[in-house]
Amino acid sequence: MLQIENIRKTFPGVVALDAVSFSVKEGEIHTLLGENGAGKSTLMNVLTGLYHPDRGSIRLAGEEVHFTSPRDSLSRGIGMVHQHFMLVPAHSVFENILLALDGVPNFFKRREWKAKIQALIDEFQLDLDLDTPVWKLSIGAQQWIELIKLLMRDCRLLILDEPTAVLTPQEANRLFDVLRRLKEQGKSIIFISHKMREVMAISDRVTILKKGRSIDTLARGEFDEARLASLMIGHDRIPEWQKNLQMSDEIVLTIDNLSVRNDRGLADLDKFNLTLKKGEILGIAGVAGNGQKALAEVLTGLRNATQGRILARGEDITNSNARRSYIAGIAHIPEDLKAIGIAPDMSVDENLIMKSFKNGAFRTWIFQDKRAIRRNAEEKIEQFAIKSGPDGTPVRYLSGGNIQKVIIARELSEEPSVLVALYPTRGLDIGSAEYVHKVIADGADQGMSTILIAEDLDELLKLSDRIAVMFRGRLIGYADPRSTTREEIGLMMSGENRNAGSAA
Amino acid sequence: MKLVIERREISSRLFRFSAPLVSIAVALFVAGFLLLAGDINPLAAYQEIIVESLGSRYGLSETLVKTTPLIFAGLGVSLAFRMQIWNIGAEGQLYMGAMGATWVALFSGIQNHWLMLTAMFLAAFMCGGVWAGVAGFLRARWQVNEVIVTLLMNYIAILWIDYLVYGPWKDPRGFNFPYTAVFADTARFAEYFNTRLHSGFFLALACALILFLFIERTIWGYEIKVIGSNPKAAQYAGMQTGMAIFGVLFLSGAIAGLAGFSEVAGLQHRLQHGISPGYGYTAIIIAWLAKRSAIGVVIVSFLLGVLFVGGESLQLTWQLPVAFVYAFQGLILFFLLASDFFIIYRPRLIRR
Ligand SMILES: Nc1ncnc2c1ncn2[C@@H]1O[C@H](COP(=O)(O)OP(=O)(O)OP(=O)(O)O)[C@@H](O)[C@H]1O
Ligand SMILES: [Mg+2]
Repeated sequence: MLQIENIRKTFPGVVALDAVSFSVKEGEIHTLLGENGAGKSTLMNVLTGLYHPDRGSIRLAGEEVHFTSPRDSLSRGIGMVHQHFMLVPAHSVFENILLALDGVPNFFKRREWKAKIQALIDEFQLDLDLDTPVWKLSIGAQQWIELIKLLMRDCRLLILDEPTAVLTPQEANRLFDVLRRLKEQGKSIIFISHKMREVMAISDRVTILKKGRSIDTLARGEFDEARLASLMIGHDRIPEWQKNLQMSDEIVLTIDNLSVRNDRGLADLDKFNLTLKKGEILGIAGVAGNGQKALAEVLTGLRNATQGRILARGEDITNSNARRSYIAGIAHIPEDLKAIGIAPDMSVDENLIMKSFKNGAFRTWIFQDKRAIRRNAEEKIEQFAIKSGPDGTPVRYLSGGNIQKVIIARELSEEPSVLVALYPTRGLDIGSAEYVHKVIADGADQGMSTILIAEDLDELLKLSDRIAVMFRGRLIGYADPRSTTREEIGLMMSGENRNAGSAA
Repeated sequence: MKLVIERREISSRLFRFSAPLVSIAVALFVAGFLLLAGDINPLAAYQEIIVESLGSRYGLSETLVKTTPLIFAGLGVSLAFRMQIWNIGAEGQLYMGAMGATWVALFSGIQNHWLMLTAMFLAAFMCGGVWAGVAGFLRARWQVNEVIVTLLMNYIAILWIDYLVYGPWKDPRGFNFPYTAVFADTARFAEYFNTRLHSGFFLALACALILFLFIERTIWGYEIKVIGSNPKAAQYAGMQTGMAIFGVLFLSGAIAGLAGFSEVAGLQHRLQHGISPGYGYTAIIIAWLAKRSAIGVVIVSFLLGVLFVGGESLQLTWQLPVAFVYAFQGLILFFLLASDFFIIYRPRLIRR
C-alpha cells in the first residue's frame, strides 16, 4: 500500500537520510531497525509530511503523494505516535483526545463523544480514565492517549516511533495485542524499537537502516536476532565488558523506613528500607508504578519524604535539594529526559556541563572556560559515540537516543559515588546500551555504587550484584542474580516472598 | 487552488536576520499612508528624518543623546527576556533611577565630582533594581505574573515622581514649574563637541559590552540561559531558579534605572515631570527587535533614536504630533510580531 523510494533528506550540515527505499504491505507490521541517529524518526517525519524530502518519492496505493503537513497525511489515513508526544497537561484525557479530532461540532454532545471514545478504550481493554488530567498520568498512559487519537481517526497506516521505550513489559505486551488486533483488521503498522525481543515477537518484515540508508528488508523466517544485529551494526564494534563481583561491606547509603506520598495522598513509598554497599550494582526490580520513580526522585531531592530517613555515608540527606544531594555524590539519570534532563535550545557542549559548570575545570573566576568546555564535549562525544551534528547544534535537533546519551555522559562524568539510574538504556541501540552497561560496571570497579532501576529482567540479571524487589512501595526482599530465576523474581514482583532476605 | 499555512521545518537564517529590517520597511510603507492622510509627502518626510537626525554634527549628536537612554532601558529589558521574564516596567524603573540619582545630587552634600557621580550611579542602580526586584520577589515567591506587576508599577513610579516635583522637591525658585532645583556642576556629566552629547552615551556602550560578556562568558549568564531554555532542567541540575528570577529582574531594573541617572546627570540636570517620553516602553520594542543580543540593542536603539529625532523635527516643520512617532513604533512592533509568524510558518499555494 505504501512505497517509499530513494528518499534523501538533509539538514544544515547533516545528511539525515541518504537513500532510503522500502514498502509497507496491507495488514503487516513492518519494523524499522537502526542505530541511534540512523534516521528512523526523520524518515517517519518525511512520510507524515512534517519534513519535505530533498529527493525521492512516496506512493500511497500506487499514487504519488506530497504531504505538506501531518494534518495532510492524517487526512489520507497515515497517523503517527511520536517519540516525544505533545499533550496539554492541565486538560483531561477526554479533552486531549477531542482536541485532535476533526469534525467535532462547536457545540457537541459531551456524553455522546465520551461514549464513543470509551467504547474504543473498552474494545482494546485499555486502562485509562477519561476524566483524569494528563499531568497525573504516567508516560505510558499518555502514550495510550496518542494511540486512541489515531484509532478515533480511523487510520490505515499507524506509525509508532519507539512506543515501548516508555512502556512496562506488561504494557508493551498489551500494546502488541492491540497491534495484532489492528493488523487483523487490515491496518498496516510501522513499528520502531531497539529491543530485539520485541522486534522478533511482532514483526512481519524488518527493514534495517544504517547511516541514512536502507540496508535490507527481511521477512519473517529470514531473520533472527543475531542476523538483525549484525546487519544493523555492521563493522562497528560492540564494547566488551565484564562484571567483577567484588563489593565491599562498606555501606554508602541507607534508606530507613522511608515513606513518600504523592499528590493524590497515596503512599508511593511505604516504609521502604534499603542498603547500598560501596561498589555494588543494586538492581531494583518491580512492575513499573510500584514506587521506583518515587525512590529515584526522593534520593535525588526532587521530592520530599514524608517520613523516614536517607543516610549517605552516615550523613542525613533526607531533605536536601538536588544540588546538595549531588554534592553528597548522587547522580541521576531521570526518566522524563526531554522535560527535565536538557536545555533544548543550548548546544551539546553546554548541556554536558549543566551540573558541573561551577567546577574549577570549566571556569576561571566567574568566566567560563570555553576551550575546556569544548574539550570536555569532544571527549564525551567520542566516548559515547554521540551523533551531534555540526558544532553548536542545539540539543533538541539530536535523535532521541543521542539526547539520552548526552544526559548519561553528563551524569557519569562527575565520577559520582552513587548513581541512581532510572531505565538508563531506554531508547538506546544495542551498541550504546552495551556501552552504558560497561560504564556502570567499570564504575563499580572504581567504587561507584549504582541503584539500577530497570524493567528488563535480563538487564538486571546481567548487571546486578543484588536485586531488590519492590511491590506497592515496599521492599519485598533481595534476590541473588547468580542463583535466582526469572520466575522467582516474577513472583516477588507480585508481592510474594518465599525466602525473605536471602541475599541481604 | 488552496492556500495552506504550514510549519517550516527549519526557520531560514536569512529570514531571521532580515525580519527586523523588513518589518521596519513595511512599517515605513504603512506609516506613509498616515502621513499622506495628514497631507504630508511621505518621501519628503522620511528624507527629512534622515537628514535631520544624521545629516549634521548637531543632528547626529542629538540622535546619540536620544539613543543613550534607549540603550540602557533596552539592555535591561532584553536581559530579562533572556530568561523568558517579561519586564514591562523599564519606564517606571527609569523614573525611580532618576529619583535616586537626583536625591544624591541635591541632598547628599558630596563635593567631589567623581564621588558624586559614583554615588548617583549606585543610587539609581539600587532604586531601579529594587523597583523591579519587587516583581522578581513576587514572581519567585508566589508565582505572581511579572508582566502585570512591572507594568502597574510604572504608574506608581511616574505619579510618585510627579508628587515629588510638584511637592516636596519642587524648586522654590522655579516659578512653580514642576521640577527640582538644578544640579551643581559636580553632579553633571561632561559634554562633548559643543553639543549635548554627554558621558552617558559612553557609559551605555560600556554597559552593553559588560552585559554581553556577562551573558555570553560568565557562569551566571550560562545559568540564565539554561533557565530561559528549560526551567525544570535548571532546577533539576541544582540551580536556584527562584534566586535567579529575582536576581535577573533586579539587575534588569537596575540597568533601566541607569537610564534615569544618565538623563538627569547628562541632559536635564534636574528631575522634572515627564522626564521620559516613553523610553521604557520603546525599550520593549528594542529588546524584541534585537532578539537576544546586547550588541543588537545598541544598533536598534540607534535606529529608534533616529526616529525620535527625526520625529521631533517633523513636529517643528509640519506640526506633526509626537503621537506619530508612537504610531510608527507600534507599526514596527506589529509587523515584527507578524514576521515572527512567518519565521515559523509559511504560506503555500497548492493546486488541487
Ligand atoms: N531538525 C533537525 N535538524 C538538524 N538535524 C536533525 C534534525 N532532525 C534530525 N536531525 C539529525 O538527523 C539524524 C537522524 O536523526 P533521527 O532522529 O531520524 O534518528 P533516529 O534513527 O530516530 O535515532 P533514535 O533511535 O536515537 O531515535 C541525527 O543525526 C540528527 O541529529
Ligand atoms: Mg528517533
